[in-house]
Amino acid sequence: MSLADRYSAGEHRFGMVIDVDKCTGCGACTVACMSENNVGVLFDETDKLRSITWMRVYQIDNGRPFPETQVAFFPRPCLHCEGSHGQHTPCVSVCPATATDYDEHTGIVSQIPTRCIGCRYCVGACPYHARYFNWFDTPWPSGLERPLNPAVAPRMRGVVEKCTFCYHRFQRAKNKAFLSGGKVEEMDYQTACTEACPSGAITFGDLRNPNHKVAQLAASPEAFRLLERLGTNNKVYYRTSREWVRRKADNYLQDEKTGQVAASQGGGH
Amino acid sequence: MTTHEQGQAKRSHADWLLFVVGFVLFSALGFWGTPALLYAEKPQPFQFSHKVHMEQVSEGCKSCHSFREDGSFTGIPSMDKCKECHSDSPQGDTPEEKIFVEQYLNKNKPVDWRVYAKQPPCVFFSHAAHTENAGLDCAKCHGDHGKSESLRPYQYNRLTGYSRDIWGWNILGLGGPPKRMKMDSCADCHRENGVRDACFVCHK
Repeated sequence: MSLADRYSAGEHRFGMVIDVDKCTGCGACTVACMSENNVGVLFDETDKLRSITWMRVYQIDNGRPFPETQVAFFPRPCLHCEGSHGQHTPCVSVCPATATDYDEHTGIVSQIPTRCIGCRYCVGACPYHARYFNWFDTPWPSGLERPLNPAVAPRMRGVVEKCTFCYHRFQRAKNKAFLSGGKVEEMDYQTACTEACPSGAITFGDLRNPNHKVAQLAASPEAFRLLERLGTNNKVYYRTSREWVRRKADNYLQDEKTGQVAASQGGGH
Repeated sequence: MTTHEQGQAKRSHADWLLFVVGFVLFSALGFWGTPALLYAEKPQPFQFSHKVHMEQVSEGCKSCHSFREDGSFTGIPSMDKCKECHSDSPQGDTPEEKIFVEQYLNKNKPVDWRVYAKQPPCVFFSHAAHTENAGLDCAKCHGDHGKSESLRPYQYNRLTGYSRDIWGWNILGLGGPPKRMKMDSCADCHRENGVRDACFVCHK
């Protein structure tokens, strides 16, 4: 099944391809994301159950002893799932407050903290741990509230937040397009993590537009998605030439082949 | 005859009068007292006449409230914009202009205008989408602010800090722009014109 047919109708399907073989695990994407999206530093950042990182870098290894040990890094934003039978995003389907929705126009899963009641169903529903609950008000040290990004609303204690694919940057790009009378070009809308990645491991764009680099990369046979067999039909692809990395991206049986799902999934069934 | 029936029989004109007086008194307290309690007032730095300025400029609102090249809206004009016309000495003879020139322009200090239409931080509003793409007039939401001769008092909610124009000047929350700039006013217009109403269209 072609890439475009995996998703429901809609003008854009913004997505990402992350090259696991290029990622060095430096964490620049995480820092850029926190700075861009007003994610603060809590009193105790060693408490990873309660700290907030919209873009988190996971490390995996092949489990072999030295010298055969190999590691790989998985930067993990919100994967913006669409679901494989119509629009059925795990977190959106459980939200009792409609604080999150699947935008049929862009394919981006929104999160409106002012509408969130903090029940955390979505945190439980998300198979990727991409959603974070604000256990605390961010203790902005005096003066540090001033360089906040005005395009992103800061959150308060008691609500859930997550990566939005820097949606405010799409809004900004649209403003420019309105004024010039043109269209939003590929480079007009890029996420903060994509721009920050020093090794160019992250590619962002419209999966629906065959001219965008991201669409070409995602169609490659080396591209795969995390936990594909759950049917989340998400829009963040990873790419690697290492088979053991691909095997770790889902729960495969020993004699099972990888790369079977993407080809068959998507659309209605 | 039970006690209950006795009570009904004894209801006199004075009882009804007391009820009406009480009802009117507390309704009045609610309507006029609540806004006084809830809203505080901040003065504008000095008076400003949009009318006088509109007579001087050629392109209407856009002469001062313009777009940057990247499509963002400048909002309140910067001091550089004022300096395109204003010089070190006042052009008219109003005391307001004297304040502006002496206390702001000559010191190159930006005027800290209170913005009536300033939305809460969770709201994304694109002027480009409304005036450039949809071709709406400024007056559609801002009313005849551009024709006003003076600045009305700026009131803000003591609890939230938001401008009173957001909830609206009617305490019952009735009406639409420019008297009220709540989300349902935006949503009504979007619905009428078939504009998408997904959360991220207007929220951030």
